[in-house]
Amino acid sequence: MSTPLLSVRGVKAYYGRVQALKGVDLDINDGEIVALIGANGAGKSTLMMTVCGDPRAREGTITFAGQDITRLSTHQIARLRLAQAPEGRRIFPRMTVLENLQLGATTADPAGFETNLERVLALFPRVAQRLHQRGGTLSGGEQQMLAIARALMSSPRLLLLDEPSLGLAPLIARQIFDAIRTLNAQEGLTVFLVEQNAFHALRLAHRGYVMVNGLITLSGSGRELLERPEVKAAYLEGGRQRAAH
Amino acid sequence: MTVLANSAGKGGRVEEGAIARDRNRFVAAATDASLTALIAFGLFLPLIGFETVQNINEVLVLRTRWPFLFSLVAIIGAGRLAYVLVVPPWLARRAARPIAAEPPAWRVAVARWFVPCAIGFVVAYPLMVAWALGLRGSLKWIDNFGIQILIYVMLGWGLNIVVGLAGLLDLGYVAFYAVGAYSYALLATHFGLAFWILLPLAGILASFWGILLGFPVLRLRGDYLAIVTLAFGEIIRMVLINWVALTNGYAGISGIPRPSFFGIPFNADDNGFAAVFGLPFSPIYRTIFLYYIIMALALLTCFVTVRLRRLPVGRAWEALREDEIACRSLGINTTNTKLTAFAMGAMFAGFAGSFFAARQSFISPESFTFLESATILSIVVLGGMGSQLGVAIAAIVMIGGTEITRQLDFLKEIFGPTFDPTQYRMLIVGFAMVVIMVWRPRGLITTRAPSVYLKVRKTIAADLVKEGRG
Repeated sequence: MSTPLLSVRGVKAYYGRVQALKGVDLDINDGEIVALIGANGAGKSTLMMTVCGDPRAREGTITFAGQDITRLSTHQIARLRLAQAPEGRRIFPRMTVLENLQLGATTADPAGFETNLERVLALFPRVAQRLHQRGGTLSGGEQQMLAIARALMSSPRLLLLDEPSLGLAPLIARQIFDAIRTLNAQEGLTVFLVEQNAFHALRLAHRGYVMVNGLITLSGSGRELLERPEVKAAYLEGGRQRAAH
Repeated sequence: MTVLANSAGKGGRVEEGAIARDRNRFVAAATDASLTALIAFGLFLPLIGFETVQNINEVLVLRTRWPFLFSLVAIIGAGRLAYVLVVPPWLARRAARPIAAEPPAWRVAVARWFVPCAIGFVVAYPLMVAWALGLRGSLKWIDNFGIQILIYVMLGWGLNIVVGLAGLLDLGYVAFYAVGAYSYALLATHFGLAFWILLPLAGILASFWGILLGFPVLRLRGDYLAIVTLAFGEIIRMVLINWVALTNGYAGISGIPRPSFFGIPFNADDNGFAAVFGLPFSPIYRTIFLYYIIMALALLTCFVTVRLRRLPVGRAWEALREDEIACRSLGINTTNTKLTAFAMGAMFAGFAGSFFAARQSFISPESFTFLESATILSIVVLGGMGSQLGVAIAAIVMIGGTEITRQLDFLKEIFGPTFDPTQYRMLIVGFAMVVIMVWRPRGLITTRAPSVYLKVRKTIAADLVKEGRG
């Protein structure tokens, strides 16, 4: 097998003195959708942020497309076409949707802006209808779509998505997962997905990782993980029962 | 017949109901007003009701001022009554009015023609005033109102880059104004360099200090940034006061050369401006010339800002104001973005500062106190952060307002010769600020023109976004 697009080796990260990642190993191959699931506070988002350089990994290495990015700053990493739709969407509320998308294309070649815009808007027609509206006036689902669309404007090689279904109605969440699947199938976009919604995430993903307390405890294909009793118990339908007693 | 009687009875009931409602409303308002008057009485009884005076034996005695106290309480009560009766019904009527889908034609016309007309007015202003009031009488109006306001318009626009666009709350902006002023003053008096050479140099030096301030505060935002910039402004002022060998301390620098008209000085000599152009000598020519310099500088500031907003750097400033983390994740170098914002803002303050020094011909640290920073910042906030037009209007209201209170000598006729209207200046300005902030909490102009359009041009009103966002 060829070398992975993103490889994380023995990464440890801290918030002050609190250790959030305790030595994480993880690989993402070209063209894959990889899901990372785990409970609240397991360190999923921290891992995603660490890949983007904030906080920096204190130990271990992160390699993207053959380049060591462990010590690079966030904007330098973004310029290597590693795009992120951060947790909480973080769109620019007072700027228009079009301006948001334009900012997404900061690192991209300006010549390709128009074609890129058309491509992205075709994927999210609801965003296309609101181009001149302020980002802050969009609904939660539309804001999430805008956040993904904005990340796509840089024509990324790897897209990091942090909790794309958070706080969304199931129907909207499904639209977003469908869009991710379309992107992957049609353009071969590599996606790394952090999700609370383990069921949807694992059904979508080719491969998945389970994170507990800053460590990867399980990995395998999405389907495999869905069948694993520990996963079922902790993150799927059994979770609520176990928590009850 | 019965139908008629019925409808008449119904109408009568409705009318009775309306009268009863009006009476209730009036009773409620009167109760409210009497309570307000009572509170005012309680507050003012010790503050205004009594006065200590020295009698002939130089002993303090207590004197009462009942008429003054009661008239004040009556005014407050009546004012409250009028307010309660008028304002809430008016607000209710306004809320009930349907919002028109299309703005009326006159508003569209105003929006289209306001800025060209305003620029035309600003260009024609000194000539109009000179023509209307004569050379001697117009000096005050061109200098105190024209130049003074334009300096603050320019400073407001400069600070608008830092605060309004990049969202970096800067309470020490006056420091860069001081750097510009002292750069010009020192270089001109020591090396005899001309205004037009020193103007860009002062701008460059100020922007250098802007970057110098920018580095240590890169990680700060909001309140923390405000405190550090405030301290920076004070440090610059303290250096100006205490480095006597360079700056001459409190005494300041005097005899700063004034700008000349393409090498022709504005004086009464044979080769002075008036003589060369065959005009009778008057100091007004220099003032008009200075007016046009600051007008050009202010317009330059505005033009550059408007252009930059459409370029990647301007867009990055606004994105930085909205969300710093999102900026970084999109590949924007936030360090450079912040530093360019500080440098640009400081550069325009430096220009304004060197102009200020050239206009006054005398500068001292007293011109660069925190109050100046606060005034400039309140111009930006009152105008509506990020809005060029709003900042200009706010500068006219704030600075023009303070200047007008200096002209209210006629009030002495009403309140007696001891009444000094300038003492009430800050009170009136403060009151005006409170009123503007109640009336328009996000500043005078809250619409933000998008920097990029696809096919259709549209502006978006601030009230479409939740209050306090961004």
